[in-house]
Amino acid sequence: MLKILRTALATGRVTTGYPRERTQAPPAFRGRPIYKAGACDCDGACVAVCPAQAITAGEGTPWALDMARCVFCGLCEVACPNSAISFSGDFELAARRREDLLVRADSTASRTVERPPQHDHNLGQQFTQRVRARLRRSLHIRHMDAGSDNSTDWELNTLLNPVYDIQRLGIDVVASPRHADLLFVTGPVTRNLALALQRTYEAMPAPRLVVAAGAEACGGGVLQGSYATAGGVNQCLPVDVYIPGDPPRPEAIIYGLLLAMDSRR
Amino acid sequence: MVTTPAANLAALLPYAQRFNPDATASERVLVPLARLAEACATVVQQGPARLVTMVGLDDRAAAGGFRLVYLFRGLSDSLSVEAEVPAANPVFPSVAAEVPAAQWYEREVHDLLGLRPEGHPHPQPLVLHENWPPGVYPLRKDFDPATAVTVTGAPAARFHHLHGDGIVEIPVGPIHAGVIEPGHFRFAAVGELVLHLEARLFYTHRGMEKLAEGRNPRQVLPLAERLCGVCAASHAVSFCQAVEAVAGVAIPPRAAALRTLFMELERLYNHLGDLGNMCAGTGFMVGSMRGSLLKELLQQLNERLTGSRFLRNVCAVGGVRRDLDAVAVRDAAQTLTDVERRFTDFVSLLLGTESFIERMKGTGILPRQAAVDLGAVGIAARASGVAADARLEAPHAWYGHLHVPVAGETGGDVEARFLVRLAEAMTSFRLAQEVLAGLPGGPLTSPVPELPPHRAGVGVTESPRGENVHWLRTGPGGIIDRWRVRSASYPNWPVVTVTVPGNMVPDFPLINKSFELCYSCLDR
Repeated sequence: MLKILRTALATGRVTTGYPRERTQAPPAFRGRPIYKAGACDCDGACVAVCPAQAITAGEGTPWALDMARCVFCGLCEVACPNSAISFSGDFELAARRREDLLVRADSTASRTVERPPQHDHNLGQQFTQRVRARLRRSLHIRHMDAGSDNSTDWELNTLLNPVYDIQRLGIDVVASPRHADLLFVTGPVTRNLALALQRTYEAMPAPRLVVAAGAEACGGGVLQGSYATAGGVNQCLPVDVYIPGDPPRPEAIIYGLLLAMDSRR
Repeated sequence: MVTTPAANLAALLPYAQRFNPDATASERVLVPLARLAEACATVVQQGPARLVTMVGLDDRAAAGGFRLVYLFRGLSDSLSVEAEVPAANPVFPSVAAEVPAAQWYEREVHDLLGLRPEGHPHPQPLVLHENWPPGVYPLRKDFDPATAVTVTGAPAARFHHLHGDGIVEIPVGPIHAGVIEPGHFRFAAVGELVLHLEARLFYTHRGMEKLAEGRNPRQVLPLAERLCGVCAASHAVSFCQAVEAVAGVAIPPRAAALRTLFMELERLYNHLGDLGNMCAGTGFMVGSMRGSLLKELLQQLNERLTGSRFLRNVCAVGGVRRDLDAVAVRDAAQTLTDVERRFTDFVSLLLGTESFIERMKGTGILPRQAAVDLGAVGIAARASGVAADARLEAPHAWYGHLHVPVAGETGGDVEARFLVRLAEAMTSFRLAQEVLAGLPGGPLTSPVPELPPHRAGVGVTESPRGENVHWLRTGPGGIIDRWRVRSASYPNWPVVTVTVPGNMVPDFPLINKSFELCYSCLDR
């Protein structure tokens, strides 16, 4: 017992400052894609190589990359002979509307700014205030794996570890949909889980939120055209927030949960 | 039982027709359909040999019928026992009656290809649930995945119901209390004592093998990496090895070493996290949190080295697409040294906590014979006295240059699996450091030409859970015609249900966590 206490004191605090503090993903990380229209000569190499069919381009079609489907593999970056595609370190990609996840050539539609407008260093405090104001000091999440590859699910689990510790933000994961405010769904919705997903959602009392987390949940990921999947959560339920990524980093998930809280106006 | 192993498995089947169109594949024999079950039983019992994987193929267009491939590994060689199944009457003699390890493979081939195993001890649907109409077989070549298949009433799942005084039936899942993958478990219990357990899985079946058909290998690799999150590197390497075997290409030494490093990093973050999870299974939250911190440190290293906490996007057909420079190598070596030091403290905490150890002793015992009969692999096998490790049985990547001791226990209980996992983690720290210290120079990929048609290839790695097997066959134009993924969880899931009866219901999460199998790379 004493040994445990001694080790705990020696370890000290390991918890991240996010969202109160800004953090940076390592250079190798692929975040928000950046498209340089001037460099592109429309040879379609990126379209052909994308495993999630996330890029549309061609005669009369303006170039667009759908981050909801994107698995951030970087094959498009490698395939482009003119380096028109690159990936930034921005991991705060979550959005309320599916169309806001499109990366386009014209700068008004694509959010090519380094940080999206709603981030500021008071976010953490604002978040806790919002949680308290709307849900009396807590946000309870019910997790639902609707056929995912388990990566995003493991990252939700990770949010409960000492480094991310989402309980310090007033968020917790609950065992029953009856106790939940938010349904956190991963996976493309397989045929074998469609009924379970529907019943879970229906068991949640209003007000209730739905978050689609990970590439498969947001837009079907690499599973386009499968006989066994619906192609994303929005094919079955109304989605309040999409958190893209393959899987999204833990901090990206926290950002997405923040956004979900914000949609309760 | 025969005491002298056969020098060559094929020699056990004098009536079989040997053929080997693939220069690199293991020996293949064709047997008459009527003798298929007999041939497989002979190979297993007299080899002795173990069933590694089984593949069903729709060859009606090319050869007028279906084909079954049973791949076995003996003490010193492998053998593929194959049979042709007529299109007009797609029935075959079930091998599972004599080789229990074949049970799930045969149920799957019935669901997906419509080949009926006659005499199968438990002929229930496995992969497709009640939302799929009978008579529609998605892996047949004439099934178009874009077909709108209506949810018509296939027979409901059947479970064995036990009757008697005080027997309670407890259905659990597919949705569980915690953050975990979906699966259904049906217990029959008296009070807290479990009498019987049945598992129903494949809730996360995504039809991934069908998606690969008609694509070239570079298009299939992103699918292979996304079969599973925590076995991503192992699946990527297994798949690439199968392709490279068909192409007859040797990857460069630096690529082999890097693949090995990524696989050992994968083993490490899984094992350290799983040891922490086992603590959660006993309510030992200090251990659980410590374990999750160690896992986090390693996943952060993964992200710094490769951009992905799950080591995705690192492999390429012919080698690797991610290199490590001197700074990265130093970062990896220092981080591993630091985490290993913390791990040593973590281990002494666990071994010194009597209440935790007591929960594990004698819980969830897997008898050695059951492990052998069901073809268990990985930690599940090694903790029950079956010394099998694909890093030694099927040397690949850089493992030929490394000394890999096979961790083993004989108790077969949760404690045995805990100790094996612990020993393997210690070995992985050393292996990773050895690879980092001796990374050879040179290119990252070898060129891989268009694959020759109608060739089969197998790629085998040892994932954190055990032997991971990718079998594929090519078609014209170098495309993949059939892709069969058999992760370590495939033979091991049936094993889990054997270990639970006789234990308390609350021990089920602990037993489950001692195996720590994946649902998604089972279900595909």
